[in-house]
Amino acid sequence: MTATIETPRSPRTVQKSRVNFEKWGWIYMRASGVVLVVLIFGHLFVNLVAGVGVKAIDFGFVGGKLSQPFWQIWDTLLLWLALIHGSNGMRTIVNDYASNPVVRRILNVALLASAVLLILLGTLVIYTFDPCPAGSPAELLPSLCKNR
Amino acid sequence: MSNAVLENRPSVPEEIPTFTANLVIRRFDPEVDLEPRWESFDVVMGGTDRVLDALHKIKWEQDASLTFRRSCAHGVCGSDAIRINGRNRLACKTLLKDLDLSKPITIEAIKGLPLEKDLIVNMDPFFESFKAVQPFLMASSKPEKERLQSPAERARFDDTTKCILCAACTSSCPVFWTDGQYFGPAAIVNAHRFIFDSRDEGSQVRLDILNDKEGVWRCRTTFNCTEACPRGIQVTQAIAEVKAAILGSKA
Repeated sequence: MTATIETPRSPRTVQKSRVNFEKWGWIYMRASGVVLVVLIFGHLFVNLVAGVGVKAIDFGFVGGKLSQPFWQIWDTLLLWLALIHGSNGMRTIVNDYASNPVVRRILNVALLASAVLLILLGTLVIYTFDPCPAGSPAELLPSLCKNR
Repeated sequence: MSNAVLENRPSVPEEIPTFTANLVIRRFDPEVDLEPRWESFDVVMGGTDRVLDALHKIKWEQDASLTFRRSCAHGVCGSDAIRINGRNRLACKTLLKDLDLSKPITIEAIKGLPLEKDLIVNMDPFFESFKAVQPFLMASSKPEKERLQSPAERARFDDTTKCILCAACTSSCPVFWTDGQYFGPAAIVNAHRFIFDSRDEGSQVRLDILNDKEGVWRCRTTFNCTEACPRGIQVTQAIAEVKAAILGSKA
């Protein structure tokens, strides 16, 4: 008589495929990092090197840029990607170094609040910026303004 | 025949140069000390001696209370991982002559695990995370015949089979130092050894375990583990391969 002994271990119950924040955070850091290299160096080149260089930057230069949809989208991407990238990086540092759970929570909430505030403020400025405020000296305004 | 060999030997054996090594050891006796303290020892050692030989000499000739782990003393068992001049090394594989003998050699227990006495730490947390990745072959077929594997399939995980579980990597990892929740490099290396084994059927289980908040994603690729490994395992690369495997799997 032979007895058959089945494998005693029951297989590990597979976890429900919940969204894994750490994994997506890790992927986000890589993906946004690649895009940010292009966005940041493009931003630096246009602002500091192209044309007359750094001397071109004044209210008119910024106003002129933010009145074009291309630069509005560029700056929005730069703002969102860089702030989320930076605050997620800070979050990992906080998680690595803040051993007290209360301190860790306070720092992470402060990080989240400041990132959300800065993103919303920045986005508001990009899309509601008026390059031609009424009653300003004409020589300071960008060339696209009617009242210049 | 043995006589012939003896006759050919030089009558005077080659002189091995000796030198004095100053070892500063971080001592801790839980029954006496509240805090660890540093104690200095001078030992006359030879050019072929290792740090472990110096520890032996201190224990046998100067202070028998010096406590450390060692078993095979030849870099196989992984018992004597300690921190030598701030770097995690095996005492039995570190030659004294390779260290800067003009300065004191600092010897301390590995970091991140609870210190028990002198150079001995509590390895339980380390082995708990090792066990958590289920480091054994999972196969549904009964072991009635050999499970065949091509040389290329074997080579895929060859590097991570070398692990001797000495904890030099895990206790050099700054993320492991923080709260001890991270699996640590050694556990991931031993998961890698089975994840990429063609005979194993449980790789998805291990990838699910390591796709955790405290899993592979806490690795910051500081390469401390690769630098510390006495077996030369490319630990950081193995962790990166597990990350890539998780991204490639359905999880």
